[in-house]
Amino acid sequence: MEAKRFTLNKKTWIILLVMIAIGVVSLLYGALAGPGIKRMAANLLLNNYYFLSLGLIGLFFITAHAVSESGWHTSVQRIAEAMSSFIPIGGVLLLVFFLSGGLHLLYEWTNTEQLDEVLQGKTPYLNEPFFYIRTLVFLAGWSILAYFIRKTSLQLDIDGERKYFNRLRVLSAVFLVFYALSSVISSWDWLMSIDAHWYSTLYGWYVFSSMLAAGIAMLIILLYVLMKMGYMEHVNTEHIHDLGIYLFGFSIFWAYLWFSQYMLIWYANIPEETVYFYDRHLHFSGVFYINLILCFVVPFLALMTRNSKRSFTILIPVSVLVVIGHWFDLYLLIMPGTIGGEASGFGLVEIGTTIGFLGLFALVSFLTLAKAPLAPYKHPFYKESLDYHTHY
Amino acid sequence: MNKYLTAYYNDEEDLLEGLNKIQSEGIKVTDVLTPFPVHGLDKVIGLRRSRLSVIAFIGGALGTLIGFFFQAWVFTVDYPLAFGGKPFFAVPSFMPVTFEMAVLLAAYAIVFAYLIHNNLGPGSKNIIYDERITDDRFLILISLEDKADDQIKEVETVLENAGALGITLKV
Repeated sequence: MEAKRFTLNKKTWIILLVMIAIGVVSLLYGALAGPGIKRMAANLLLNNYYFLSLGLIGLFFITAHAVSESGWHTSVQRIAEAMSSFIPIGGVLLLVFFLSGGLHLLYEWTNTEQLDEVLQGKTPYLNEPFFYIRTLVFLAGWSILAYFIRKTSLQLDIDGERKYFNRLRVLSAVFLVFYALSSVISSWDWLMSIDAHWYSTLYGWYVFSSMLAAGIAMLIILLYVLMKMGYMEHVNTEHIHDLGIYLFGFSIFWAYLWFSQYMLIWYANIPEETVYFYDRHLHFSGVFYINLILCFVVPFLALMTRNSKRSFTILIPVSVLVVIGHWFDLYLLIMPGTIGGEASGFGLVEIGTTIGFLGLFALVSFLTLAKAPLAPYKHPFYKESLDYHTHY
Repeated sequence: MNKYLTAYYNDEEDLLEGLNKIQSEGIKVTDVLTPFPVHGLDKVIGLRRSRLSVIAFIGGALGTLIGFFFQAWVFTVDYPLAFGGKPFFAVPSFMPVTFEMAVLLAAYAIVFAYLIHNNLGPGSKNIIYDERITDDRFLILISLEDKADDQIKEVETVLENAGALGITLKV
């Protein structure tokens, strides 16, 4: 049975376009009349990285399940695919951002005239040609794999041939290996090199876990929006329960990595490492604790019982808070190193830029959703997904 | 349980069908013993969801409190020790032990609650109702403690009609 097709109605179109317009206006206002071009550049990097990563988590969601041959995820697979369709667009935006001066504006190590001894020692890795090569390889690799995974998934819909199922699994395995390396290295390049003197071996995993929790939360929100619009009627409580378990588990995973990084630095107490948290605690103590509360305390306490994971009334507010919390997580990673404690702030321009990116992300996702049936009804595991039950 | 009746099935589909028939006659099934988990059986005999998670939460919360406050007491009151230039009340350094204590007590609470509730573990005495329930038989167990002789006959008839094989009476 073919599932209902999604059509983007006029009202949603207008809302999303208005959101994008708000983003553009905020950016222009912020850069020309407001707090200055540097803060807006940092904002752009934050939102661009955030929504690009949400797209990547969508792809990670599909591929991890395809490799493990799980069945239940096929009911929400199309949403994850729609999220992953943002990867090429976010990638192009990021590349344009770096090329049009964002790199020189925000990254200390690009100023090759005034490098101190430590940064001079890092030039074999942190130099512009190599940086662009890595960026290009990652963005191109992700976009190409995302394209082929989506294509294979749609081919599977035509006649459910085993060939495409196997190909999907192979492509997924390739993506997972590539992503395991590239997600870590890209977070060094784009985020950790902002604080070029400082380093942490846990950083890549930490950023990945943060984006993973946010990505699952975004998937839940998109699912809720679609169900409110009257689609996705094949999704039942069991699927929502499993997504809730993911959100719960990955929030704890994030807290684990956050604490692992924090405690080692706190315990060793070496000045070149503690400077990272010193700065964040001195100027950003509010965001510092908001981040911890939204990303760990709220999902941990609110999603502990079985019923809260199964009902949208609790799951949706928690998901929204988690998405906001991980935005603040990125804020803490980017802002102190780029614009510093005194010059940075949180105001309408930040909110406006985020709304703009959210609008663009949602528009791209919805347009992709409209291109195919909302359920992969010829996927070999689709039936299993419908019959699926959680036994605890 | 001294007075009981057992009946077995050889197939789980027959078992579920039989159970529905027996229960529609108003007979309360005490327990069903199967060689493997049968889908939907818990719903048919009206089992409530396990409350093991509540016990796990209580154990975990207790472990968190004990782990944290014991360290806090040791390092501030009982035996303050200066290390690494840290304050005596150094919360981050308490976290690993607090976490481990939470996990440990939650795990202990689950294991012991499970063993006690199911009457398992060393020293427990259990009746083996049928030696083949771990092999290929699906056994229905009905308590007859509060039933008179004529009622027992009635139960037997219902079970026979519901396709049960090998009805055994223990009075």
